[in-house]
Amino acid sequence: MALAAEAVPEVRHPLTPLRYRVVGKRRETEDTVTLSLLPLDGPIAMTKPGQFNMLTAFGVGEVAISISNDPAADEPLEHTIRAVGAVSSALCQTPPGGAVGVRGPFGTDWGVADLGQSDAIVVAGGIGLAPLRGAIRALLERRRPTGKSHLLSVVVGARNPSQLLFEEEMLAWQRAGAHLQVTVDTARPGWSGPVGVVTDQLARAPVDFATAAALVCGPEVMIRYTARTLFDLGMPRDHIRISLERNMQCGVGLCGHCQLGPWLICRDGPVFTYDLEAEAILASRQR
Amino acid sequence: MPDLFPQPGGDGGAGSKPARVVDRAGLDAVIRSLQSRGYRTVGPTVRDRAISLAEISGVADLPQGWHDSQSPGSYRLTPGADLEIFGWAVGADSVKRQLLPPREVVWRAGAQDLVPHEEPAAGLAPLALVGVRPCEVAALGILDRVLGGGRVTDPRYASRREGLFICTVECGSPASTCFCTSMGTGPGAESGFDLAMTEIVEEDDPRYLVRVGSDRGAAVLDEVESQPATLRDEAARQEVLARARTRMGHGVVTEGLPELLERNLENPRWDQVASRCLSCGNCTQVCPTCFCVSVEDITDLAGTVERRRRWASCFEVGHSYIHGGAVRPTTRSRYRQWATHKLGTWHAQFGTSGCVGCGRCIAWCPVGIDLREEVSAIRASDGMRALAPRPGGG
Repeated sequence: MALAAEAVPEVRHPLTPLRYRVVGKRRETEDTVTLSLLPLDGPIAMTKPGQFNMLTAFGVGEVAISISNDPAADEPLEHTIRAVGAVSSALCQTPPGGAVGVRGPFGTDWGVADLGQSDAIVVAGGIGLAPLRGAIRALLERRRPTGKSHLLSVVVGARNPSQLLFEEEMLAWQRAGAHLQVTVDTARPGWSGPVGVVTDQLARAPVDFATAAALVCGPEVMIRYTARTLFDLGMPRDHIRISLERNMQCGVGLCGHCQLGPWLICRDGPVFTYDLEAEAILASRQR
Repeated sequence: MPDLFPQPGGDGGAGSKPARVVDRAGLDAVIRSLQSRGYRTVGPTVRDRAISLAEISGVADLPQGWHDSQSPGSYRLTPGADLEIFGWAVGADSVKRQLLPPREVVWRAGAQDLVPHEEPAAGLAPLALVGVRPCEVAALGILDRVLGGGRVTDPRYASRREGLFICTVECGSPASTCFCTSMGTGPGAESGFDLAMTEIVEEDDPRYLVRVGSDRGAAVLDEVESQPATLRDEAARQEVLARARTRMGHGVVTEGLPELLERNLENPRWDQVASRCLSCGNCTQVCPTCFCVSVEDITDLAGTVERRRRWASCFEVGHSYIHGGAVRPTTRSRYRQWATHKLGTWHAQFGTSGCVGCGRCIAWCPVGIDLREEVSAIRASDGMRALAPRPGGG
């Protein structure tokens, strides 16, 4: 494949991607890889943890994928992709040196910078850990020693141990001071950790729920119960941030696919505060 | 509503110029003046026995003598011998197609280098719409907010819109499916036009009262032979509009509508309407403000990649697809989404209702679902909830 750099037109249609080269590819699980991407022709604007990009597998299609790191300007974008459909499978199969298309960044971010020095709890289900990875790294960096035992608590759930993402890196987060709880829906021989849903783990997280902030991402049902449980544990609503998913085809509020009640997820989210409105919206079925 | 694309109105400025009257030759001269200024002139024509927007060269292309009759699930256009050109309400075709084409190629990329080269957009030549209804002009105002009022603008819509000349014709022939008076978009034209005409047909003397909404409109009218409008002309216009209001079908009570719908998401009426709805999406295709599009990548046998954008519908199962399945897998959830978005959550998203009351979704629904009736039924049963939770509801 000849991939010489091309001049980027100054004005581009919002549906036109920039080509990025796959400079690194790491297998995370059987069906999930992390691609490291550097611009071939020119970069998109800086992507913050929580935001997403539209990734094109040329000739196959385009999907919304959250950024899974917190890159500085000249560092590669990392996108952790689970092969679940034609486009995500094609992206996962793109070889190092190959090209993918990138549009973005889109949507709201986790707002880690606004969390100050408050305790934080990060709750992730399945691939939901990917959009939180950059936030966790940023939260660990802002950590300072205090009298409290832990400033960052990470609660991770997966269907089974083989579906756990970033296992080695989770241990590194632990070494860096994060309190880590990992639970699976179904155990396998050799698993000595807890079995069950993440909500069962929350009460044991060593954070002060009245003052801590939470970042939550995973399947919608998991988000709904997690946010509610955190609220019941004494966390104020405006401390709870959730990341929601809907079909995305443009990323810029023009295609209408990511409707959720009063929101366009690409424009108003994907990160939302778990206020009364959000709770009511999540409670209405098939919306 | 602020005009995002400076499309003048009947309020102040050029709009305060006194009205003029032109005859049929004058209407023809307006069309030709627009053409001489470089506009492609598009107006109502008869195609497949329906009023449809197409390129017109003069007044002879307009649908003289044609009249429509519409009711839920029915549209009939019949010829007559009279002189009325604008003696119909609206056809299935709306201005949406002129500014947001049903299909567009955005870019192509070669199989080897995969560099996306944008395809030149079609229909960017300056366009003049002649003879579109005030409800259509209102629909453009809504599309302006959706496609041109956010952080990111649809650049092709904006290009087409910026040069657009609008000569609206006020509505004297609403159908029983029409409810523009409920939505505040007609039958008269208040703003958003360059020229606004009212067709007055008394015996064998068809004439057009013309109001000016912009300097562009004034310049065009200046080139055409016209007379000052008399009190009798003004009275005739008021009579046309008054007659239109009485011919309108029953309406929709819009007061508190977004809140009504939001608190009735579990109203059993959604099940009732879902038992009739075919989920065909006709309503969304004929709706002048339904803006949803899908983005599709296609590869030909040589490996050339093409990105297309096509009209989509929230009635397609795949519209809400995410990994694991569609978020709205049932007809109930999809009809509810369409109706509550159009009349309710549209306000939160774009600061306006998504409905102009043109009634197309009623006439072109193959099973005759009447949005007005659905809203009335919800209002009548406000607060009722479904008896039992549905299995599988998320």
